[in-house]
Amino acid sequence: MVKLLQQYFQRDRGGNSMLGILLFISVMVPVLNLVVPESSVFHVSTYTVTLIGKYLTFALLALAVDLIWGYCGIMSLGHGAFFALGGYAMGMYLMRQIGDRGVYGNPELPDFMVFLNWSELPWYWSGFDMFWFAMLMVIVVPGLLAFVFGWLAFRSRVTGVYLSIITQALTYALMLAFFRNEMGFGGNNGLTDFKDILGYSLQSDFTRASLFAASAIILALAYLLSRYIINSKLGRVVVAIRDAEDRTRFIAYRVEYYKLWLFVVSAILAGMAGALYVPQVGIINPGEFSPLNSIELVIWVAIGGRGTLYGAVAGAVLVNFSKTWFTGILPEGWIFALGALFVVVTIYLPRGLVGIMNRKQAAQT
Amino acid sequence: MSALDKLRQTMRRDQVWNCMMPHYTYEDVLDTRKGPILYLEDVTVSFDGFKALDALTLDINDGELRCIIGANGAGKTTMMDVITGKTRPDEGSVYYGQRIDLLRLSEPEIAALGIGRKFQKPTVFEHHSVLINLELSMRMDKRVWTTLFSKMTGEQRDHIDEVLQIIGLQEEYHNRAGLLSHGQKQWLEIGMLLMQDPRLLLVDEPVAGMTGQETERTAELLTSLAGKHSVVVVEHDMEFVRSIARTVTVLHQGSVLAQGDMDEVQNDPRVREVYLGS
Ligand SMILES: Nc1ncnc2c1ncn2[C@@H]1O[C@H](COP(=O)(O)OP(=O)(O)O)[C@@H](O)[C@H]1O
Ligand SMILES: [Mg+2]
Repeated sequence: MVKLLQQYFQRDRGGNSMLGILLFISVMVPVLNLVVPESSVFHVSTYTVTLIGKYLTFALLALAVDLIWGYCGIMSLGHGAFFALGGYAMGMYLMRQIGDRGVYGNPELPDFMVFLNWSELPWYWSGFDMFWFAMLMVIVVPGLLAFVFGWLAFRSRVTGVYLSIITQALTYALMLAFFRNEMGFGGNNGLTDFKDILGYSLQSDFTRASLFAASAIILALAYLLSRYIINSKLGRVVVAIRDAEDRTRFIAYRVEYYKLWLFVVSAILAGMAGALYVPQVGIINPGEFSPLNSIELVIWVAIGGRGTLYGAVAGAVLVNFSKTWFTGILPEGWIFALGALFVVVTIYLPRGLVGIMNRKQAAQT
Repeated sequence: MSALDKLRQTMRRDQVWNCMMPHYTYEDVLDTRKGPILYLEDVTVSFDGFKALDALTLDINDGELRCIIGANGAGKTTMMDVITGKTRPDEGSVYYGQRIDLLRLSEPEIAALGIGRKFQKPTVFEHHSVLINLELSMRMDKRVWTTLFSKMTGEQRDHIDEVLQIIGLQEEYHNRAGLLSHGQKQWLEIGMLLMQDPRLLLVDEPVAGMTGQETERTAELLTSLAGKHSVVVVEHDMEFVRSIARTVTVLHQGSVLAQGDMDEVQNDPRVREVYLGS
């Protein structure tokens, strides 16, 4: 037993280091930003804080995708939709916080509704002035959509490429819907011009640093949760489903319920990532539903290492860091660079960047 | 059934909702006192007009070891698909004991009733250790939330050790199943079925690709299981069938051609004609 436990911790050495790093930066980055004076070389600018904070929300999203793709073989190409829905739920709260400080100064209605000559708030906007309610919706809306979608798809045993295609269709359909002004979510401009969150100005360094710390801590907690799931017996069933679905069914597991459960958990994590993303970047628009986004994030996971949770996190951070760096030099080139990277990884590194690390370790011992 | 009918069914006052019923195990429901453990009647399965099973009628007695032989494409695997809920027949009925109509149940439900199935192509969870393969197969509450918090008890561990002993993989228990030899995988899969305390084992071509020695051990294993479980073995290898069989059923073009002990069957002129080719 002790041996098994040791093995377990050794096996997740990468994950433990990652947790350590997250804990460290959740304290250090805010300190270096807020306490260390700007003149010091150790000062971290607010721009950098927000940038890394954004990477962390992407990492959470990648973790969600890895949970279902890496461990259960469900390749969702629509996870961007759950991210965006979580983001919209947060965005709606932030819109309501604007109050009468909008361009039109209407205390009840967000600017875009005034612009559309709407006289009252649509029913589905009610409650979003309360933080707790909005946070509940961050979980409920993506979770419910995943539940309904997964129920239909898994019960009819849609798998593989077909499943990937209908998840693409799902996010595409939502994108088209959210582009429409009548939907009441700000049309193609989306929701933006946010002022404050829980009474703290979104422009202040303190709020930025707090959002950063929240992202790091929630990512760490989500990692612990995912690791608990994967190491539980349920996690072993899920891997069994990935490797031999029929075998699992014929030893009396209701495969569709397991898939559904994991899919909903994953969608909720994606929604939380979206909710952390929106206050940091200050906008959410229908572009987040773009099918291309969902494909990109599957690529992050593939590059980092599918089927290792910290690999997904590393992949998301590294790819997005490269993206920021690359688009600074050659904006149009990024999509090609990403494509090339993906091809190289799938051909030469089927287990992603984590695969190289593990191979090195194995060679040393 | 329309939604309204379903609702009516659900609200029927002469019935108790499933979720309100006391928990039965299949031993309480399975009734084999007056007849066979498995009974197929006039089962027909067509694939685009081609009849893989053609009015197949067959019964298996409780505790017997039955061999089913037949040329490739005779419908043996399709028969197992029907029994285990994978394929729904166009016609016919399939009963488990006197009372359980298998055609109304799903694959996991059928498996939970104690019908275990070994696939033609050995299928184990390659990324898991032998131990975990057996742990996952164990008969227990397999609902999602229960599984999330489930921990292996000492008793369960003993059960696993018992099965490891039976299938002869004690030494391999912590090895990854993917690293096992072909024969060992077949045994592991049989072990996975045993973990479920099955009443009926359906074993599809267990010795395909095995060495002579492995075949012998498999024969021993299967004969030792009969009595305690009912075992249906589908096999091509006549030598093997001869070594284990008491009753042999010959399947041809989706229905039973002959049945009896090995000698009877081998001397049956129709069988010689279509199957043994002489
Ligand atoms: N899913 C399917 N679709 C179409 N034909 C099938 C399918 N499954 C089996 N068959 C056909 O049914 C016949 C019986 O197959 P099978 O039961 O696998 O035979 P056996 O196991 O006896 O070799 C074969 O001719 C096979 O081609
Ligand atoms: Mg077959």
